[in-house]
Amino acid sequence: MKKVIIGNHAVSWGVALARAEVIAAYPITPQTQIVEELAEMCSDGRLAARFIKVESEHSAMAACIGASAAGVRAFTATSSQGLLLMHELLHWAGLGRLPIVMADVNRAVAPGWNIWTDQNDTLAQRDTGWVQLYCENNQEVLDTTVQAFRLAETLNLPVMIVLDAFFLSHTSEPVDIPEPADVDAFLPRRETDLKLDVANPRAFGALTTPAVYMEMRMRQQEAFDRVHEAYGAIDAEWGSRFGRTWGAIEPYRMEGAETVLVTSGTVTSTARHVVNERRAQGEKVGLLKIKMFRPFPTRALREALAGVPRVAVLDRNISPGHGGIFAEELRSALYDVAEPLRPQVDGYVIGLGGRDVTPAVIGECLDRTRGNGSSSPVREDEWVGVKP
Amino acid sequence: MTQTLIKDAIPRRELLDSGHLACPGCGAALAMRMVLKGLGERTMVSLPACCWSIIAGPYPQSSLKVPLYHTAFETGASVASGIKAALLARGDTQTTVVAWAGDGGTFDIGLQALSGAAERNEDILYVCYDNEAYMNTGIQRSSATPFGAWTTTTPGTHTKSHPKKDILAILAAHRVPYAASATLAYPEDLMAKVTRAKETHGMRFLHVLAPCPPGWKSEDSETIALSRLAVQSRVFPLVEIEDGETWRVTVEPDGTPVAEYLRRQGRFRQLGEDEVRAIQEQVDERWALIERRVAGG
Repeated sequence: MKKVIIGNHAVSWGVALARAEVIAAYPITPQTQIVEELAEMCSDGRLAARFIKVESEHSAMAACIGASAAGVRAFTATSSQGLLLMHELLHWAGLGRLPIVMADVNRAVAPGWNIWTDQNDTLAQRDTGWVQLYCENNQEVLDTTVQAFRLAETLNLPVMIVLDAFFLSHTSEPVDIPEPADVDAFLPRRETDLKLDVANPRAFGALTTPAVYMEMRMRQQEAFDRVHEAYGAIDAEWGSRFGRTWGAIEPYRMEGAETVLVTSGTVTSTARHVVNERRAQGEKVGLLKIKMFRPFPTRALREALAGVPRVAVLDRNISPGHGGIFAEELRSALYDVAEPLRPQVDGYVIGLGGRDVTPAVIGECLDRTRGNGSSSPVREDEWVGVKP
Repeated sequence: MTQTLIKDAIPRRELLDSGHLACPGCGAALAMRMVLKGLGERTMVSLPACCWSIIAGPYPQSSLKVPLYHTAFETGASVASGIKAALLARGDTQTTVVAWAGDGGTFDIGLQALSGAAERNEDILYVCYDNEAYMNTGIQRSSATPFGAWTTTTPGTHTKSHPKKDILAILAAHRVPYAASATLAYPEDLMAKVTRAKETHGMRFLHVLAPCPPGWKSEDSETIALSRLAVQSRVFPLVEIEDGETWRVTVEPDGTPVAEYLRRQGRFRQLGEDEVRAIQEQVDERWALIERRVAGG
């Protein structure tokens, strides 16, 4: 069934198809429509979930933690300040190995108040032990939402679906909505023995001494090491059932490319347009979209970019005192690529606080990198599209 | 007579194992033992940071024979809400979900989540075992610490200058179906309240005084005696409240002077006569307020 829906409702439909059993949420712009739609679905019977209308995002995540620990499928959604308030409990869900799924609508952080998109809210949660999946369009949002539950429950890791404020959250696009029975076959009800159970009483999260804590951390890391393979299989199965796959990364028009744009989120769609135009003019440019930020797809990126002379990373985020975060991560990932094959990686900070990232802005990044024949040993990320 | 009553009133089952890590004379450990006796095996516990995070035992051990989820300091009520929703989602309406928190996790950092759960009338039992300070971190004042008490953050002559927060009145203002106070000195009263709480639907709140020998600078053997004195001196009246409206005193105090209660605890050692008199006045005022509420005023 095709429907024209906004990105926020694509999340809601995905959650309904996944038959989430407990939803706990608190309103925040621009996420609110996700949970409004879910509240409607719960009230009119389309979704048989318990919806806890908590008094803060902190309690939203806490309630999801309780529900997930008791063995059911739990979901929440938030944005920006709400995600930051949850921070403590994101670690709890991560190290507690609870397969909670959360949608975050990327919104800039305050002050000053800003409801528009950038990635600093989610990237500030980088080390909390959540898988992070960034989406480019509403179809990808819906598909990723359902996939996220399967991935989370396969490895006992929480998964965050990320979509841009307004450019996706409030933008209507045609979305193919799978049949519920087909999704049920892909994603059966969650069953686990690792839960609170009066028939088998156990304590979870007790005091963990130096004699055991490190191994617990290592098991978490080992689970993350399995994400790429697991997601590949889940995505391939999704493709065989529903005819679409997304990939942890997506190379686009990379054949013979001498300069490659690296993007995430909706900037990718604009970058596709720029690459098409440049290709039409005979320029050897390509595009690489990163969907999965955690775990970072290091091996796939090395394979995709080894031998490419120049890479321009578009970062809709900033790590103050360092630079764009995707660029940092990519440089680190490519460091082990042997010298003649290792690309030059230029970082560009763009589009913060929802500033428009136009084809002209992306073109400027591309041109700066194409013109950067000789790079100095240490080069700082450049800001493009800012006023003097 | 009393012996027989207690024997009949207290179930024999033990859901707290003897290998727990509480200090000698710990009121919190006894409180858990008694409350679980009343609730039975079909119970799950949400346990935010508090002394009980230690008492329950380190991984992979547990001193409880019921499922236990350790969680962050301010999330006792919110995690319990999630557990209850999950059980209901799978059709389990019988298991009692308990949030078990200290006074810091209840009066201070967990108050918002507690208020949210109370307002939503979550079908959970919230038990606050109140040792009147942050004892697990080494005796720092909380908003449950009484006026005049020494703690490491109210040291020397700078003892606690504000009275204890009235947590029961706060819960009553949420009009929760059932709220009550209890102590270890009156186990039949405590057990009756646990049973009442277990059988009530919606948000239930139990406030249990939990003497702490290291924090109160009291004798290990005085925990029950201090619990009784707290009740008789009206420092800690035993009440129960239905729907936030109907107040009832369940054990009538004899009005023992508060000085009797204070002088047996090192944390009040520095108090002079004027301060003791001031505390007596505060206690009398709150007692008068409770009497007005009991009378429906």
